[in-house]
Amino acid sequence: MTRIPRFTRAERWVHRTTALLMGVCVLTAAFLYVPELAELVGRRELVVRVHEIAGVLLPLPVLGGLASRAFRADLGHLNRFGPHDRRWLRAALRRDRRPESRPAAKFNAGQKVYAAWIAGATLVMLGTGLMMWFTHLTPIMWRTSATFVHDWLALTIGVVLAGHIGMALADPEARHGMRTGSVSREWAEREHSLWRP
Amino acid sequence: MNPEPPEERGTPVGRRVFLGTLALGALGVVAAPPLQRGLEAFLGSAAGKDPTGLTGLLPNGGGFRYYSVAASVPHRNATNYRLTVDGLVDRPATYTLDQLRALPQTRMVKDVQCVTGWRVPDTAFEGVRLSDLLDAAGVRAEAGALRFTCFDGTYTESLTLDQARRADVLVALRMQDKDLGHDHGGPVRLYVAPMYFYKSAKWLSGITVTKDVKPGYWEDRGYDVDAWVGRSNGRDDEPTS
Repeated sequence: MTRIPRFTRAERWVHRTTALLMGVCVLTAAFLYVPELAELVGRRELVVRVHEIAGVLLPLPVLGGLASRAFRADLGHLNRFGPHDRRWLRAALRRDRRPESRPAAKFNAGQKVYAAWIAGATLVMLGTGLMMWFTHLTPIMWRTSATFVHDWLALTIGVVLAGHIGMALADPEARHGMRTGSVSREWAEREHSLWRP
Repeated sequence: MNPEPPEERGTPVGRRVFLGTLALGALGVVAAPPLQRGLEAFLGSAAGKDPTGLTGLLPNGGGFRYYSVAASVPHRNATNYRLTVDGLVDRPATYTLDQLRALPQTRMVKDVQCVTGWRVPDTAFEGVRLSDLLDAAGVRAEAGALRFTCFDGTYTESLTLDQARRADVLVALRMQDKDLGHDHGGPVRLYVAPMYFYKSAKWLSGITVTKDVKPGYWEDRGYDVDAWVGRSNGRDDEPTS
């Protein structure tokens, strides 16, 4: 079976470290937020500190990844949408799962939308989080507003992230690609028919 | 190698989604106050009819939140609970739960306001007026403040003597007409009606009369010592008492 290189070491490490930091953020957020878990863990101050540090570090893997040519090329692929992406999104809305109605290059339209949204959402979380952390930087009224956005966006991110992980769980070969860097030719031709590695 | 992969020519939708998300976030911060009021009203009424309790997990979904600064909190009950009153007093005392229950009880129904924003309307608290305990102990002339300690081993709070003598400050034994459960700081907690709820120390186990105010746990971490609802911590909530 032919293996096709999909992700370089740098790209995989960007994903891995980002996932780890995001996981810490989500877990500590749950400890702070869900009453049953908060009762279980306590130590509110420590959990807050871990959450803050993981949150501030969260954009760093992507910034570090900019040193990698392959990662920069990925960002270009994620940014640019062609006519096939429109077809992919329409098929997704119709719940049409046939590969031929879901044309995709290296990344499919869903992955592109997810990448752009989660990047923006992460920065909004970082901004509102910093407003809650360094309260002297902004008027107090802003802190309440920042808390509001931070809470609701956290909930949204939780749902979207669960979708991201759920889709990865449903596609072992995609996970294999992210873990080892290479995928099978059959998978690439089926899932990413327009991809020319 | 395809000379012109489809993406090279495409529109930069990714950038638009990214910037759009950022803009929506900023807009959300600006528009938060009216949005929050609307949602609180809606979720508050929905939470009342929600048997699953799931709305309680939503932001501003109404109800109390459990905050503990300690890793674990021991449980105390009628057999092993003790409240000590000491410091600058003529008659230091130790109360059991039954002794506290035997003293005259005061019940009041007011809103609870947390400094992080949540508010629980019309919550009944019942217990012994703190001023009664102080009178029984005989506060000395040089005293000016109280220090509260808790059997979670970590939390501390403080009040000035004048604040502590207010009629709406209780050593609370009951909440919402039930004995105070462990999660709500039972069997005995402080209840300082006019102040943000962090002043109402849970799991109260000690009252020490001191000369000056010594800031409590959260106050060492930036919160106001005089925590009047609506007039401190930079907030403008409706006063609770």
